[in-house]
Amino acid sequence: MEKDPIIEVKQLRAGYNGNTILEQVSFGVLKGEVFVIMGGSGCGKTTLFKHLVGLIKPVSGSIIIDGDDIAHGDETLLRKVLRKIGVLYQSAALFNSMTIAENIALPIREYTDLSEKSIDTLVKMKLTLVNLDGYENYLPSEISGGMKKRAGLARAMALNPEILFFDEPSAGLDPVASNELDNLIIQLNKNLGTTMVIVTHELRSVCHIAHRAILLDKNKKGILVDGDPRYLRDHSTDPMVKAFFNGRS
Amino acid sequence: MKPLSKSESYGYEISEVEAGGIYIFLRGRMDSSNASQLIDLFGSFIKDRHPSLLTIDLKKVSYLDDFGALVLVELRDMMSSNGGRFQLVNAREEVLYVLHSENRIRPNSLIKAHPPSVFVRYGDAILRYAADVKYLISFVGSVCLAFAYSFLHPRSLRLDDTFIYMQKTGVDALPIVGLLSFLLGLITAFMSSVQLQQFGADIYVASLVALGMSRELGPIMTAILVAGRSGSSFAAEIATMKISEEVDALFTMGFEPTRYLVVPKILASVIVVPILTLFSDLFAILGGLTVGVLVLNITASAYISQTLMDLTLFDVFWGVFKSAVFALQISWIGCLRGFRVDGGAASVGRATTSAVVSSIFLIIVSDSVFAIILRYWI
Repeated sequence: MEKDPIIEVKQLRAGYNGNTILEQVSFGVLKGEVFVIMGGSGCGKTTLFKHLVGLIKPVSGSIIIDGDDIAHGDETLLRKVLRKIGVLYQSAALFNSMTIAENIALPIREYTDLSEKSIDTLVKMKLTLVNLDGYENYLPSEISGGMKKRAGLARAMALNPEILFFDEPSAGLDPVASNELDNLIIQLNKNLGTTMVIVTHELRSVCHIAHRAILLDKNKKGILVDGDPRYLRDHSTDPMVKAFFNGRS
Repeated sequence: MKPLSKSESYGYEISEVEAGGIYIFLRGRMDSSNASQLIDLFGSFIKDRHPSLLTIDLKKVSYLDDFGALVLVELRDMMSSNGGRFQLVNAREEVLYVLHSENRIRPNSLIKAHPPSVFVRYGDAILRYAADVKYLISFVGSVCLAFAYSFLHPRSLRLDDTFIYMQKTGVDALPIVGLLSFLLGLITAFMSSVQLQQFGADIYVASLVALGMSRELGPIMTAILVAGRSGSSFAAEIATMKISEEVDALFTMGFEPTRYLVVPKILASVIVVPILTLFSDLFAILGGLTVGVLVLNITASAYISQTLMDLTLFDVFWGVFKSAVFALQISWIGCLRGFRVDGGAASVGRATTSAVVSSIFLIIVSDSVFAIILRYWI
């Protein structure tokens, strides 16, 4: 794993309508790392996620992705950074009017000069990679939740971005489907060296896939702890960290 | 081989080997930024030279993703269509993993799905039409039952929602209905005055505007506006609730979705649209009066007395009755289209469009029926 930080968040302050949700949040994500953002409901996980993918601008602070500060940059800079990232949303956010193949082909068609035949082959390769071969002509409404997630992942990695963001990837999946998705994340990280940033509170999944994790806290409005989730689970002495990992209030 | 410059993502070296073979030594990255370039470059090379064997050496390739794999797949296919052979050397484990995904593509998945035959499509359309008719009948039954239940159990009626829909369908629509009716009265008076003036019958402009608007144009125009504003909104609201599983949630909580969602909308529409039509008639007469006084030099009192003389209570009530029927159709179709949604965001759009188009069609058809009834039976 290379050691350069690909994402750096510095003194981030985030909130809506004058209410501060997060303050003084600083952390870095190394290149090729599987990084997890954890926390209970309402602690600001989704808020932080939306800031990292450029959907919301922070009140103050910086979010530097591969050297570009999206918190202070203009629209052009944001567009440039967005080319380097892929996002898998909680609901997969597939376009319901398009088939699975059309969903995946959309960014490839937009950003490359490949011929239609090549795009067709590439889409099939991507679908095979996520074990969805043969489902090219299905509409999102015709496949299961787990399959939607995998199709969403295939679309997120359509252009093989350097960073993949996942919002609650295991939400709504059965343990087997969730485990399959986790294994897929590990494989992609290992084989393509993609940096993964995952927002979740599925502890089993966190301990399975994460190299490093941060735990957000609602009262602190920031990071409670930062480290290897397996170490935190087994050795942390902080009562709140212990409570989170043991599922007790 | 010279080192890669900063702007170069890849480099290559081509050498000829014995028996007409070509050896390509690749280095650098094979990704989305250069896939199409590499396909074009080596593809034209294969076309020009027709090698019997193409060997690609991947020893110095630092990064290869599925776009890189695509390049290799395309070159392999070109070679096989030219009757040549293709081989890879020095492919690392990660490279083989990416290539593996291409090898796993099932042959049948590469074949484009054939469009179904004309018989299958007709059969499918008939089945869908039959399912639509079946749903339509069951929806009529469901709405009738819901109304019967609400009539027998008035406390089950969601009065708050009914008042909100009355406001949205009626009060909120009043400014636009008023303005358009005024302009329509104005236009009718203008157009008719051109003809009537020739016979010195200017005063009959008042009769024409009053009768035309209260019997036909008032109810129809109000109904079309309500279909565009409220019918579409009913369809979109229920369709969105349907796809976000809110309707299922209502059902599993023990609510009857038709009673909960449809009755307030239909009831509100049937109450307020006739009132809206009365306002439409009034504004249209005002429009006619404006033309009468300002252009035709008829006094306001003469215009009003001519209007009152020719306009009977029956004409007004006939228009109001028609508008109540139109309101029933608009709200019923809007709700029906909302409930028929299946799928995602695009189907919400389709439901909304379909609600407006079907409503307007039904309004015109039923207005024709009313015209025949009025002519032959009343």
